[in-house]
Amino acid sequence: MTERYDVLVVGAGPARVAAARAAASHGARVGLLDAQARHGGQVWRHDVLHGTPRPARIAFDLLARTRGHVEWLPQHQVISADHRTLLVETPRAAVRLSCGSMVLATGARELLLPFPGWTLPGVTGAGGIQALAKQGWPVRGKRVVVAGSGPLLLAAAATLRRHGARVLGICEQAPAAAVAAFAMQLWRWPARAVQAAVLRTRLAGIPYRCGSFVRMAHGRDALCGVDVDDPHGPLHIPCDLLAVGYGLVPNVELASMLGCALDHTRIHPCVRVDTLLRTSTANVYAAGESCGIAGLAAARIEGSMAGHAAAGFPAAATALLPSRQRARRFADLLAQHFALDARTRTLAGADTIICRCEDVTLAALDGFTDARAARLATRCGMGACQGRICGTTLAELDRFPHGGTRPPLFPARLATLATGDPSTP
Amino acid sequence: MSAAGTVRLSVDGEPVAVPAGSSVAAAVASVAAARFRRSVRGEPRAAVCGMGVCFECRVRIDDTPHQRACMTPAREGMQVSTDD
Repeated sequence: MTERYDVLVVGAGPARVAAARAAASHGARVGLLDAQARHGGQVWRHDVLHGTPRPARIAFDLLARTRGHVEWLPQHQVISADHRTLLVETPRAAVRLSCGSMVLATGARELLLPFPGWTLPGVTGAGGIQALAKQGWPVRGKRVVVAGSGPLLLAAAATLRRHGARVLGICEQAPAAAVAAFAMQLWRWPARAVQAAVLRTRLAGIPYRCGSFVRMAHGRDALCGVDVDDPHGPLHIPCDLLAVGYGLVPNVELASMLGCALDHTRIHPCVRVDTLLRTSTANVYAAGESCGIAGLAAARIEGSMAGHAAAGFPAAATALLPSRQRARRFADLLAQHFALDARTRTLAGADTIICRCEDVTLAALDGFTDARAARLATRCGMGACQGRICGTTLAELDRFPHGGTRPPLFPARLATLATGDPSTP
Repeated sequence: MSAAGTVRLSVDGEPVAVPAGSSVAAAVASVAAARFRRSVRGEPRAAVCGMGVCFECRVRIDDTPHQRACMTPAREGMQVSTDD
């Protein structure tokens, strides 16, 4: 049986919540799909010990007031899609959902760059350990090095400290001058400036090293220390956890499956949208990080715009255009000041694993210039993550771009696939 | 739920208690050897992305293999097996 909605919103975070609320405000019947079991996505993720962040609580309350029109569908993983129908897997069943229009608010994932030892237990993403700590992962008393690039490192360090971890230091790859120039511009975004000031207080006493990156992780069955390249000389830091992320990458797999044109201006593609957030596929809209990394403020505005437009009220969307443009400028600021140092892309050695699912090393990928040939010969990208980690890495290392998206979007049960794939007629 | 705010489950036969609302990943990390699976070459691996992308945390939960521990809420009486 196919359940029908006026608007289906796919994603998890602030953009999605805003989209659902905007669409429902016009009386549309909205289905709100979430792969997670709880509302919030990443930035608004519920914390087992400290609850849901206040802005998220307010947004969820506002959404609840439009309950008559919004149906929240937790643990709904999209497996396959065409522009009117989604094939979705839940823990117990497979369902087909159809809609008049669709809003993609699929967010972003972390950019993980390979280096010797990065596959050791104890090495996680920076946003990764933040998400895990909020899920109840025990970090109390653990010695943690936070590394990589961007403001997310500060947020991750603050969450870790709040959960009782000993944060030994933050290694930011961007040079001190670039980070200072970024901070100087923050006054243009007052909410960001306040956020930065709060974080600075919460992180008091934790060394913040600029121009500094982890070149190697040590350990046999688990992490026991890291080697850091620092402008003041090399460091060895014994630790239990390394939280390392080099920024964010838009999740475009579902958009790609729906045939939406992608923008390839940067290394990692984002969904191409017009001023009303329409993608190139009819009736499909996109909002937030999947349209390019710009952060929370842009995501909320774009979510509202896409929700209004998807419900058939473009004027309400257009009214938000100036604030969208302003919030989007923050994206350029981030990209400019936290650009990756070329050295962070040369850390992997010949025997460093690139494809974690199939244990394919960098040397095994020598000589390949496209993802398909590499996949056929080495199984690189054929594992459970379907190239989401190694494909992104290989694009960043300038080996070859990530291959196209084919169904299923995520590994699925045979029974789910047997219910019919909407992406193939 | 057993004691207020706590969920009890088992990881490789070992009993473990986690705060209500925790993920299975948190439960696995709470036992002594916080390993989730062996890679193709036999290397130990554990959760990385925490958000259902990397699949490094996959485990067997109540006889269903290849479940992402970070995407699955811990429930009372769950039987979790690592090295699946």
